[in-house]
Amino acid sequence: MIRCDDLHITFNTGQVMETKALNGLSLAIPKGQFVCVIGSNGSGKSTLQNAISGELQVDQGRIIIDDEDVTDWPAPKRTGLIARVFQDPLAGSCANLTIEENMSLAFSRGRNRGLGRAVTATLRDDFRRKLERLGLGLENRLGDLMGLLSGGQRQAISLLMASLQPSSVLMLDEHTAALDPRIAAFVMDLTRDIVKENNLTAMMVTHSMRQALDYGDRTVMLHKGRVVLDVSREERDDLDVPDLIRLFEKKHGEELSNDSLLLG
Amino acid sequence: MSLIAFLGAVELGFIYGLVALGIFISFRILDFPDLTVDGSFPLGAAVSASLIVAGYNPFLATLFAIAAGCAAGFVTAWLNVKLKILHLLASILTMIALYSINLRIMGRPNIALITEETILTPFSNLAESLGISSYMLMPIVFLVFAGFIKLTLDWFLGSQTGLAMRATGANAKMARANGIFDGKMILLGMAMANGLVAFAGAVFAQSQGSADVTMGVGVIVIGLASVIGGEALLSPKGIARATLACIVGSITYWLAVSLALNADFIGLEAQDLKLVTALLVALALVLPGSRFTRFFRKGEAK
Repeated sequence: MIRCDDLHITFNTGQVMETKALNGLSLAIPKGQFVCVIGSNGSGKSTLQNAISGELQVDQGRIIIDDEDVTDWPAPKRTGLIARVFQDPLAGSCANLTIEENMSLAFSRGRNRGLGRAVTATLRDDFRRKLERLGLGLENRLGDLMGLLSGGQRQAISLLMASLQPSSVLMLDEHTAALDPRIAAFVMDLTRDIVKENNLTAMMVTHSMRQALDYGDRTVMLHKGRVVLDVSREERDDLDVPDLIRLFEKKHGEELSNDSLLLG
Repeated sequence: MSLIAFLGAVELGFIYGLVALGIFISFRILDFPDLTVDGSFPLGAAVSASLIVAGYNPFLATLFAIAAGCAAGFVTAWLNVKLKILHLLASILTMIALYSINLRIMGRPNIALITEETILTPFSNLAESLGISSYMLMPIVFLVFAGFIKLTLDWFLGSQTGLAMRATGANAKMARANGIFDGKMILLGMAMANGLVAFAGAVFAQSQGSADVTMGVGVIVIGLASVIGGEALLSPKGIARATLACIVGSITYWLAVSLALNADFIGLEAQDLKLVTALLVALALVLPGSRFTRFFRKGEAK
């Protein structure tokens, strides 16, 4: 469960370049729901994810995850509740560590790290089994450096890593945008399975209108740091990509006419 | 090269091998270009020498030296993590501050230890009772020292915390997303790195018989030369081999120095040492395939 109440984040406060990235955004996502978030560049999608995960502190508002008020928690502390997969396949793992070391890092997420061995025989067997489901042959390459893998392989492992520890929220930031269509579809199917198996509350930021309607249970459109469209169930089923684009453009049109009023 | 010169170079190689291990932690593991070592090396010497002269047990004095080095590294990391000062500049600030601090600790520019009991005294006594010269035994003593520290470091870097530290240097955002407090890792790692360097300084002063406030000049460059040289020699993939490379690089460096200084036909003298070291490091950096390239050259992607 995620609840965002009246979030405000402003960049470059008091300067010419002042940007209200989040401007009173409120959003409640019940447990187990898969939400797709769309919006143009600068609408606040990534800022919202960074605020929920703690990479950015909010100027105003509260963030509640599973009845815990996490607003003042630093990012590493929130990882007991939140797992993330980034847009850049290189960002979610360490290139100069091996596959098993990367997975071990994720395995310790939200737990105390001591002086115990990072990779043990038991863990290695566990990782091997997890990797087998990908069908990419990576189960035989546990000792290979992550940097040797392709973007798609790394993204698939990032997803697996996000599910190694129980968490309640999965945050996906355009995690298929850098992949070719075939691999992107593979990663999306994997995403759907992992979310379902672990009964996760998921928030996926995407630029693809198609994805935003095909995956998950609910579609939210952000504009200028606020929620401007929020559809689910039948209403969402009736929508198609052109409808979404029309809505999208309508919002932009309003903005233009507002500007022309100002300028006029 | 005489046997004494050879063994002396090996001995120096092991002592500076500890410096190389410290620099390996800051530069390679944490991705933190740390110049504090130019101050923490003489700091270790100053603290241990002052305490030994004041009548403290040499082992206790050396422990204090290590603690002082840890504190110096912690300060540099703190300037960077908490006050957001650029890492390179933070380390330069600590280094300069340490120059004054070292003078304060010693109360004078140098302290002689020739007649004092040091941590090496038991070993020279042992050599005497075995009937061999102490310069024969010392390289073995330092081999054990350096080997023990190398293995401990390997063990640490293979632990969950050690892996977290490696992830912090490799990809801080990913580390945070996996619940690692990256700031704490930098504080811990920098304290470890400079503790090691201060230990080397303490051992160096005790083996050479004096501590001098200027003995830290260029330690960073010598350490880098060792790390880079070792990597070139062993091209390490895993951690165990990388730490081995630091020590091998350091011994190679001091053997090369000793050779160059002993070969009269080259015409090098002791005062040319730092110039030659700087040239060597510069050369190593521009050679293709150097893993340090992106760190120290303009226009390389970080």
